[in-house]
Amino acid sequence: MRNNVSTRKVTVLNPQGLHARPAYQFAKLAGKFQAGIEVIKEEQHANGKSILDLLMLAAEAGTELWVVARGEDAHEATEALGQLMEQMVSLEEIRGLEPD
Amino acid sequence: MQQLDGIAVSPGVAIGEALVIDNEGFRIPRHYILREEIDGELQRFQQALQSVAGEIQQTRDSVSTQLGDQYAAIFAAHLQMLEDPRLQAEVERWIRDQQYSAEYAVSVTLRGYARAFQKFENAYLSERSHDVYDLERRLLQSLVGHERQQIASLDSPVVLLAHNLSPSETATLKPEFVLGFGTEVGGAGGHTAIVAKGLEIPAVVGIGHFLFDVSGGDQVIIDGHEGRVILRPDDPTLQRYRKRQQASRSAVVRLKGLRDKPAVTRDGIHVQLMANIEFPHEAQVSIERGAEGIGLYRTEFLYLGASVAPTEEDHYQAYAEVVAAMDSRPVVIRTLDLGADKLSPTPPELADPNPFLGLRSIRLALANLPLFRLQLRAILRASVLGNVRIMFPLITTLDELVRAKQVLNEARDELINEGVPCNRELLVGMMVESPAAALLIDRFIDEVDFISLGTNDLVQYTLAVDRGNPAVNDLYQASNPAVLRLIQRVVQVALEAGIPASLCGQMSSSPQYTMLLLGFGLRQFSVAPGSIPEIKQICRRVDLEQCQQVATEVMGMTRVQDINAYLMSELTKLNLGENDHSGGG
Repeated sequence: MRNNVSTRKVTVLNPQGLHARPAYQFAKLAGKFQAGIEVIKEEQHANGKSILDLLMLAAEAGTELWVVARGEDAHEATEALGQLMEQMVSLEEIRGLEPD
Repeated sequence: MQQLDGIAVSPGVAIGEALVIDNEGFRIPRHYILREEIDGELQRFQQALQSVAGEIQQTRDSVSTQLGDQYAAIFAAHLQMLEDPRLQAEVERWIRDQQYSAEYAVSVTLRGYARAFQKFENAYLSERSHDVYDLERRLLQSLVGHERQQIASLDSPVVLLAHNLSPSETATLKPEFVLGFGTEVGGAGGHTAIVAKGLEIPAVVGIGHFLFDVSGGDQVIIDGHEGRVILRPDDPTLQRYRKRQQASRSAVVRLKGLRDKPAVTRDGIHVQLMANIEFPHEAQVSIERGAEGIGLYRTEFLYLGASVAPTEEDHYQAYAEVVAAMDSRPVVIRTLDLGADKLSPTPPELADPNPFLGLRSIRLALANLPLFRLQLRAILRASVLGNVRIMFPLITTLDELVRAKQVLNEARDELINEGVPCNRELLVGMMVESPAAALLIDRFIDEVDFISLGTNDLVQYTLAVDRGNPAVNDLYQASNPAVLRLIQRVVQVALEAGIPASLCGQMSSSPQYTMLLLGFGLRQFSVAPGSIPEIKQICRRVDLEQCQQVATEVMGMTRVQDINAYLMSELTKLNLGENDHSGGG
C-alpha cells in the first residue's frame, strides 16, 4: 500500500482567501503526514507543505482546490486537511492560532 | 530588462553594478562567488536561517506573552516561511548553480516571491509581500551584519540606487566610485539634483517605487539625459548605451579644449560665464571648467545635515575658501534660502501646509535677525579677501529689500566699531524669482547694484506649479510664453538702466535657451560648472543678429510645444558635434 493516492476537493471558505495564517495552518498540518501533498488550483500545482507555494496559488474565498496526497497515510491526510479547510473560518474566529 | 522613467537632473550615461540602499540605509550587496566558496556560502546561509529563526521565535514569544496568541500568529507563519523547503532549495540552487552569494541568492529568491504576491488582486494576499520583504531584510541583516553602509566610504565603482539621498549624503559621494545614481523620490529643483550636477554624476530622481525590483549587483544603466533607468539591460540596449557613453566622453574631451578660449560671439560680443556652486570645493572645479567667477554661491549646505547651527566662523571659513580659490574673480554669495522646516525639526501638526508660499528664504532671515546677522557678518568679513558680492533671495516687496540692506548696514557698522576689516562698498544684488519682483523690476533696480534671475522659482510661481508634484509637473515649462515675457522684460529694463543682469536658474545651463537669452540681451549666465563648456561653445557659434531673430520668432509663438521644437531645431542647426573652428579667440 505504499503508493496510496487519495484526492479530495475543498473550497476556500476563509473570507480573505488562503492568506498567511490559513496557509500556515495547512502547511503545518500537511507536514505531519508522511505522504506527499499537492494542492491544485486549475493549472497551478503547489506543494502542500510549503507555505510560500500555497500563497502563490492566490486562492480567494470560494476557490475550489484539489488536495492530492500520495503515500502510506494519504487517506488520513486528505481527510484531516479537508476538515481543516472546512473549519477554517470558525477556527480563526474562535481560537486565533496557537503559537506552535 | 526593465525600463523606468524618472526626472533627469544631471546629464550623462552611467553603466555599472547596482548598490541598493533601502529606506534604512541598509546595503544590499552584490557578489558572485568563486566555485571554491560555494560550500562556505551554503553554510553562511544555513547559519543566517538559524539565527533569524531564533529572532522570530523570540519575537513570537514576547508578542504572545504581551498581546496574546492571535497577534503572535503572524510570526509563526513567518517562521514557517523561513523554514519552507521550497525556499531553502531555491536559495541553495542559486548559490550552487549560479555561484550567487548568499545575500544575492536570498534577495533574488525572496523578491521573486514578493513580486509574485504583489501582483495578486486580492489586497489581503498581495499584502503578504511585506512579510516576505521583512524576511529578506532579516536574513540580509544577519548575513551582512548590522553595520550601515557608509556611502562616503565606498571603494569600488557602483551605480547607487536609493529611496532618497539627502543633500549632505549626496555631497559626500565620490564621483570616482559613484558612477551615477537613481532615487525613488525627489524633483528637478531639489538640492540633491543640484549637487549631482555640481559633481557631474549622471542622475535620475523621482522614479517612484522600484527598489524592490532590483538586487545589489544587477547591471544598471542611468540615462541622465532622458531621465531613464534600465535594470538588467539586454545586449542591444547595453551596446547602444556603451556607444552613447563613448560619444559623450569624446564630447567632454572636445569641450575641454574650449577652457582657455573666451566666450565671445562671432560678432565679438563677450558673454560672461559664471558658475553656480553649493560646496566650497566646487570653486576649483569651476575654474577648471573656465568659469569667470561664481555667479551663485548657495549657502544652504551649512545648515543642511548639520546637527548644530553653524557659527559665524563656520560661515566665514566656507566663504573664505571659495573667495581664495577664485582669486580676484567675482563671487556672488546668496544669503540663506531655506524653508523654516529645514532649520529646526518641525512637528507634523505645526508643519507649514504650503511651504512655497510660507516663511522661507529672505522672509525667514528677516524673521530671525540674529541668524541673518551672523551670516551677514561672515560675508562682510570674507569680502576683504577678494571680489565678494552679496545677493538676497526671493525678494517680493521693496520693503523686504530695504530692510535686508538695512540689516546689512547695521552688521557692517558693528564690524567697523569692533575694528574688524570689511569692504564698505560691498555690491548688493537681488534675485528676481517672484513674478512680483519681475513686474516691478523698474522700481527695484534703483535699490541694487545687480540682479540675477532665478528661473526655477520664477517658473513655479508664474505658472502656479509645484515642480516636485508628478501630477502637474508637465506644466512646469521654462519656455512658457508668460515666463519668457517676464524674463525678457527684466533683462531689457536692467540693460537700459545699466544694471548687470544674470540668469542663474536651470534654464541658463540648458543649451536650448542660450540663443534666446542672448537675443533678449542677457550677457551673463551663471550655470552648473559642468555646463560651462557647452554654453561657451554655443556662444562662439552664434552672432547677435541670429539670436535676436530667434527671440523675435519665439515671442511671436503661443504654444510651449512650438517654442520647444523651434528652439531645438535652431540648436541642431549649430552642428555642435563638430570641432570648434570659429575665430573668436
